[in-house]
Amino acid sequence: MTLTSVGRPTRPHPAISEGHASLTGGRGLLQDEPLLFELGGWDKTGVDLPAAEHDASDLGGLLRTTPIGLPGLSEPETLRHYVRLSQMNHAIDLALYPLGSCTMKHNPRLNEKLARLAGFADLHPLQPVSTAQGALELIDRLAHWLKTLTGMPAVAMTPKAGAHGELCGLLTIRAAHEAAGHGHRRRVLVPTSAHGTNPATAAFVGYSVQEIAQTADGRVDLADLAAKLGPDVAAIMVTNPNTCGLFEREVIEIARVAHASGAYFYCDGANFNAIVGRVRPGDLGVDAMHINLHKTFSTPHGGGGPGAGPVVLSAALAPFAPAPWIVHGPAGLTLVEDARDEAAAAFGRMCAFQGQMGMFVRAYAYMRSHGADGLRQVAEDAVLNANYVKARLSAEMTPAFPDGPCMHEALFDDSWLEGCGITTLDFAKAMIDEGFHPMTMYFPLVVHGAMLIEPTETESRRELDRFCDALLALARAAKAGDTERFTGAPYLAPLRRLDETMAARKPKLAWRPEPTTVAPAPLAAE
Amino acid sequence: MRYLPLTPDDRAQMLGVIGAPDIDALFVDVPASARRAALFDLPLHAGELEVERELTGLAARNRAAGDGPFFCGAGAYRHHVPASVDHLIQRSEFLTSYTPYQPEIAQGTLQVLFEFQTQVAALTGLDVANASMYDGSTACAEAVMMSQRVTRREKAILSGGLHPHYAAVTQTIAHAEGMTIVRQAAAIDAEADVIAAIDAETACVVVQTPNVFGVVTDVTAIAQAAHAAGALLIVVTTEAVSFGLLKSPGEMGADIAVAEGQSIGNALNYGGPYVGLFTCREALVRQMPGRLCGETVDAQGRRGYVLTLSTREQHIRREKATSNICTNSGLCALAFSIHMSLLGEVGLRQLAALNHSRARELTAALDGVVEVLTPRFFNEIAVRVPPGLAGGDAAALVDELLADGILAGVPYSRLAPGAGMDDVLLLAATETTTTQDIAALAAALKRRLGQ
Repeated sequence: MTLTSVGRPTRPHPAISEGHASLTGGRGLLQDEPLLFELGGWDKTGVDLPAAEHDASDLGGLLRTTPIGLPGLSEPETLRHYVRLSQMNHAIDLALYPLGSCTMKHNPRLNEKLARLAGFADLHPLQPVSTAQGALELIDRLAHWLKTLTGMPAVAMTPKAGAHGELCGLLTIRAAHEAAGHGHRRRVLVPTSAHGTNPATAAFVGYSVQEIAQTADGRVDLADLAAKLGPDVAAIMVTNPNTCGLFEREVIEIARVAHASGAYFYCDGANFNAIVGRVRPGDLGVDAMHINLHKTFSTPHGGGGPGAGPVVLSAALAPFAPAPWIVHGPAGLTLVEDARDEAAAAFGRMCAFQGQMGMFVRAYAYMRSHGADGLRQVAEDAVLNANYVKARLSAEMTPAFPDGPCMHEALFDDSWLEGCGITTLDFAKAMIDEGFHPMTMYFPLVVHGAMLIEPTETESRRELDRFCDALLALARAAKAGDTERFTGAPYLAPLRRLDETMAARKPKLAWRPEPTTVAPAPLAAE
Repeated sequence: MRYLPLTPDDRAQMLGVIGAPDIDALFVDVPASARRAALFDLPLHAGELEVERELTGLAARNRAAGDGPFFCGAGAYRHHVPASVDHLIQRSEFLTSYTPYQPEIAQGTLQVLFEFQTQVAALTGLDVANASMYDGSTACAEAVMMSQRVTRREKAILSGGLHPHYAAVTQTIAHAEGMTIVRQAAAIDAEADVIAAIDAETACVVVQTPNVFGVVTDVTAIAQAAHAAGALLIVVTTEAVSFGLLKSPGEMGADIAVAEGQSIGNALNYGGPYVGLFTCREALVRQMPGRLCGETVDAQGRRGYVLTLSTREQHIRREKATSNICTNSGLCALAFSIHMSLLGEVGLRQLAALNHSRARELTAALDGVVEVLTPRFFNEIAVRVPPGLAGGDAAALVDELLADGILAGVPYSRLAPGAGMDDVLLLAATETTTTQDIAALAAALKRRLGQ
């Protein structure tokens, strides 16, 4: 055993890694934190409010008669509860977060500060537009950047996330077809490798979905596409760069054959980060594309959202965009909020109000910070980092498409794990013990045991090397037969592997009081 | 560029490892005609100070709600959010984490979601809540589509008291899926007209309380009529604070309740991001849209949480999913949950009572000035603008009162132009509304009326 200069072993004592248990459930800095409902008091509150001067007797029988069942915490208890919980999360601020298709990049804190300015955050969506000219100006400038970067003439700003943007795009396409008397076009073609949201969205608008085959080099099979196009096809939905991390070399031809058959080309823009500032989707024949502001333009993902998914549109589709939108008038900027009066073509409304203003502020600040030159560098560094990871990891792992460069994601299959007795999932879980978040697994579906790694441009070479060193060491351990390191992983996370089957078989989706729990007092006292 | 760690030297060495001569070699798959050598016609990069200066300038051109008397509501409400809420949601581990797909290193987010779901279910008086939707309006549309899956019927009846934006979103999205959407005429007490419209083809009835005119209604009889016809009752609430005072949707027989959760923990944000609350009866859970967090155990038997029932969702079921939603409003749900933990039962009831009290104060101050149309209200009322005020045009009156520094609510015509209700003005009062604000509004109106 190697000892340090003070005589301590440089490796953790085997008992620690093999499940040494504390007496209380705490683990060093990690606390065993109960549920709010086990901590809080039914008569406790962390806010001080003045007494109401008028009672609610005027509401009589409309008043709640049963307790709600909400515990409260004082402010110090609240801080403890949530800070302790936070420490059980991985985060981009802790280490590389290589989830393919998710673009987990650094979130600049300037953007957080600006989104909280009272002039943006404390602004009501329905106050007169004359009192919100700065907000409308910001949305308008952001729209200009999005249109310029994509080479598209119009953008619908209101969709609240990528899937919501897809829905907006398909509804726009549907409206355009119906206006042209082509309402019978109700089939959508989607590559096998597509995000699940693509077929789900198509079904959502009442379209049927047919899959397009993929070529051996991970691209859309043009012959299959051409064979499946027909007079009933409304649109094709293609991600580019695609979910294998590859640029669709034949994308212009894909657009041409789709258009020739009367279909529109919807592009899933989830992977726009790879080409921003270098390639304009408008030059590729795209008719509509959503842009995940929370990916390419770095609004924080917040443990699941919120995002924003504006949709850029071609000239043919622009008239059908949903309300509201901004127009320039003699008295400044104004909003067209009622599509019925102003433009009969608009298909409707995606959400109450103007969309994700908080995300618009962050995304615009991000764009202004980078500028035209910085955004181009973003794409280049994102692609460079992915190719670097691909090159380094290829020493032990098998890239799914070894020939030619990848874009911003490096995709591996599990053929290199053959005979090791471990799966992609086991390998990913072992990454957790090394301090990294796993990559996207088992997606895209077209690659067996897929491992999709997206490092993004905000990783330093040092962090990339740390990540590659860890994965290569794990790969060697897997091949050397150190199976338990994987099949039981993670060992060092706050929890070991969770029983997902049990969770789904007997769903427990809310805390319920135990019979012995003291119920909240009835409301009689009020 | 401060957000890009690679140095020119790094880049050169990394290209060497890759075996590529230059960066362009990595973009070789892009068709030559689409490769743009020149920079786009946009400004170049800018330092923090410069960016902050530009955006601060834009923000300064807006009149913030807190700058003076303010009475806007109509689906978005100004409330005081405790300072600790915004501090906690900016913890790196909450702010910069992804959807909790790896539960072993996402227990923080997952436990929060489990607690959030429990809080939302309790507030609405229903069994199960999901982990959030984009906002109240999209949650409403999703609820209507869910009723189609549950009942196998195609018709949805939307009460005339439903927020017009919610009705428009529902009409846009649910109609696309093939449903027939019946929008009843707008009326202050529109809920009275709902029962007569229910028939054997009805999948659901959508009723809002407090409705868009602020009217609070006991919808128990509507629930009974819907159930007798085999339809579901969907109750919509745009002001979540009202749950602290009023009978919950579950108590009144709702099958699904949806709400805008912005009021708790979240700023006005000019319309987003907000957080949609979605709850239903337990029997309907497998038809729910969106993510669900559930309790389970780890390999050593310790309690933990995971995303569950994913076979409803798009990443597993693709075109057979219950919804296409993926990203939701996680961080806004966290803010909601923290604020709710700080309030607790006691604080929420106090807050709700205080909101109602302020609205009573507002109503009393307007007595004899304008006609209050809302018979039973929580914190929002509709008033009729008399011909003597801005020609009886609520929108014109709101513009006029800007000169007095007052944001005097939302004209109904802003939500529904052409509905023949141009003289209806919606006014909300919350705990942030002061006695002085109310006095200023009343005085400005009286002055114009020559009182």
